[in-house]
Amino acid sequence: NIFKVPQAAPVAVFKLTQDFNNDQFPNKVNLGVGAYRTDEGQPWVLPVVKKVEKIIVHDDRLNHEYLPILGLPEFRSSASKIVLGDNSPAILENRVGAVQCLGGTGALKIGAEFLRRFYNGSNNTKTPIYVSAPTWENHNAVFSSAGFEDVRPYRYWDAEKRGLDLAGFLGDLESCPEHSVFVLHACAHNPTGTDPTQEQWKQIAEVMMRRKLFAFFDSAYQGFASGSLEKDAWAVRYFVSSGFEMFCAQSFSKNFGLYNERVGNLTVVARDADNLKRVLSQMEKVVRITWSNPPSQGARIVTITLTSPELFSEWQENVKTMANRVLLMRSQLKAKLQALGTPGTWDHITDQIGMFSFTGLNPKQVEYLVKEKHIYLMASGRINMCGLTTKNIDYVAESIHEAVTKVQ
Amino acid sequence: MSRPGSSPDEKGVSQNGDPGGHRPVFTNTLNAAVSPETRLLSAFARDTQARKVDLAGREYYSEEGRPFELRLVGKIKQQLSTDPTLHPEYPSSLGLREFTRKATEVALGKHSRAIVENRVLGVQTPGFTAAVRLGAELLRCWYDPSACWCGPVYLSSPCDDSLTGIFQAAGIQEIPSAHYPTGADLSQSQWAVITRLITRRRLFPFLLLPTQALCCGDMERDAWPVQHCASLGMELLCAQSFSHCFGLYGEAVGHLLCVLKQNSVLLPVRSQADKIVRSLWARPSVGGAHVVTTVLSNSAHLVEWQGEVKHIVERCMLIRAILREKMRLLGTPGRWDHLTQQGGLFCCTGLNGEQVEFLSNRRRVYLLPGGCLNVSAINCRNLDYIAESIHLALTSSL
Repeated sequence: NIFKVPQAAPVAVFKLTQDFNNDQFPNKVNLGVGAYRTDEGQPWVLPVVKKVEKIIVHDDRLNHEYLPILGLPEFRSSASKIVLGDNSPAILENRVGAVQCLGGTGALKIGAEFLRRFYNGSNNTKTPIYVSAPTWENHNAVFSSAGFEDVRPYRYWDAEKRGLDLAGFLGDLESCPEHSVFVLHACAHNPTGTDPTQEQWKQIAEVMMRRKLFAFFDSAYQGFASGSLEKDAWAVRYFVSSGFEMFCAQSFSKNFGLYNERVGNLTVVARDADNLKRVLSQMEKVVRITWSNPPSQGARIVTITLTSPELFSEWQENVKTMANRVLLMRSQLKAKLQALGTPGTWDHITDQIGMFSFTGLNPKQVEYLVKEKHIYLMASGRINMCGLTTKNIDYVAESIHEAVTKVQ
Repeated sequence: MSRPGSSPDEKGVSQNGDPGGHRPVFTNTLNAAVSPETRLLSAFARDTQARKVDLAGREYYSEEGRPFELRLVGKIKQQLSTDPTLHPEYPSSLGLREFTRKATEVALGKHSRAIVENRVLGVQTPGFTAAVRLGAELLRCWYDPSACWCGPVYLSSPCDDSLTGIFQAAGIQEIPSAHYPTGADLSQSQWAVITRLITRRRLFPFLLLPTQALCCGDMERDAWPVQHCASLGMELLCAQSFSHCFGLYGEAVGHLLCVLKQNSVLLPVRSQADKIVRSLWARPSVGGAHVVTTVLSNSAHLVEWQGEVKHIVERCMLIRAILREKMRLLGTPGRWDHLTQQGGLFCCTGLNGEQVEFLSNRRRVYLLPGGCLNVSAINCRNLDYIAESIHLALTSSL
């Protein structure tokens, strides 16, 4: 028997969905997994995506070859432009490049593998990688499996005041070893929904620049958070204009609803064109032994959309539709809780941004919601606002009210 | 938004616009050594000769010299694009269940004992390389953890140049290459000998099946070695690709098959595979997998698909036969039976390094470094020139 294998621990959010699926209760609600849902509780194929898929399928001139290892060139450049801005000085100076990757995860993976080989010396697996406390649970796994031995949390969420622990964050930036890598959420922080303000980002950037820390942005919600592509990219663009050499892992799963086509892009901002060339050449080697050639479908959809003015506008409208629905659910949930007189303050529900909200419910209250009310959310108290609909929001608000008043 | 150097600062940014004013981040990044394949591609691209011929491509080329999309695949893609039941959900990390079921069946045969006894794991991967990578990672993590195993892994010689890198990336250090009859596939009786040896010496087989159906024109026959090993009760890994036999090159449709000895170990292995996948690519892309599943699940589509594949295979066989005949007519020294004895998309000519270089430098005919060529890239327009070139490579004094 070759494989002597212990069972791996299940991933919490998928176990949650499994439990939800097995639940027979008619009014059950899934506030767990992070994907957009319409008000009917259905996944949504963006109308612009449907349109572009038809264009692709009827295009006889399309080439069916393997994509280049680094991906579709037009995809890479248009995706980088979307996050950095068409007129980004770094782009104009020819020091921006990119690698098409298998979703945001793939982009993080390639960036991590490159850093492990070439950052802060060679094969320096001891360089600390800082991820926010809390963060998307896969961040840890991606960096440790790339070989980094020291993946640590930086202070981020203040549970007491239900907001950003800026002092703690800045404190960790000041006291960490020089050259540490920081994984930053570009916007719509997952899971807290709490982002630094522009002023706060400036402070963060100042310390990072001074202490020679590496900025690795994770941008999975551009456009989806505020409805504005520019607004949601502000932090990334500020860092670029401050002169950082940095990475940005982009995902188009959510803002294009292309969850199953694995469309990601690792944008690289280098010191100069020559450096960029070297970096990309090494990243190509990493890709070659990971998936070799990325899939074309999703990248084609994104490229065609981003490079056609009409389709681009239509896409922006679709994105706004999603963002607005989330904003509506936020304000309605807060209003209902206030109307019910639920103890505590609920401003954070509308202060927070993006798909997720850190409700502040404690594990016992969460358990109550799951077991007694068949409302599924993460033990951390994180809810996916997209799981709320006009049909279930009253039930959810009442249940939260019950949980908070009955369970301490 | 301004660049540093153009604003007053206390950050110590030097005035020549040096970003950050400190040592740049990636100074010790060397230009990666160019892979032989890339070198070939760029040499071919730079070559301005009209007669240049690229026989080093990896796709199946039609007689018109373009990568070929099967008609059926085009039709199915159109169908799928109008299918209202297809939802843009995250697929499971292990892929579409229907796809892995079908992919497993085409490798092992529907009635394989291993399938019936539920000791087979199938994982959809974004392409063939990804399947090999996942298999390598699984092996390294879980092949007898008490021994902290990190090799050896034997690769055939020749083999794709990325294979060594893939196993190294998974943490395996010992990768010697083993002798392998150049180019030829093993016969069934040869496989029988090999499997007996593998069993006796307790070696572990990791089978690569990148071009199933393109060898004999038959999925089953091409998968015979896998089925044979499984029927002997062996544990094995098998990396599959559907790129070639479906013309889905750009779609990254791969599959890793794990045949285990016991059902009891299936769940743990699956959970580990899941864990590894999450830190590699999280989940595979579905587009190509939908096409493959649709074809393999429908007998009418299957028949049509088999017809197109047969056409591809027959064309390759024809080209081989014609090329061999040309060599005979030219009186080219050496024996050329291996041209028609081998099957599939690629052919190992047996030419040595010097001869291969002669072909690219003097005749502008580009082969893969090991002397292998892509049979489908030969067509009626370049056949004579290619045959002459090979003849010259072997007869000119080099």
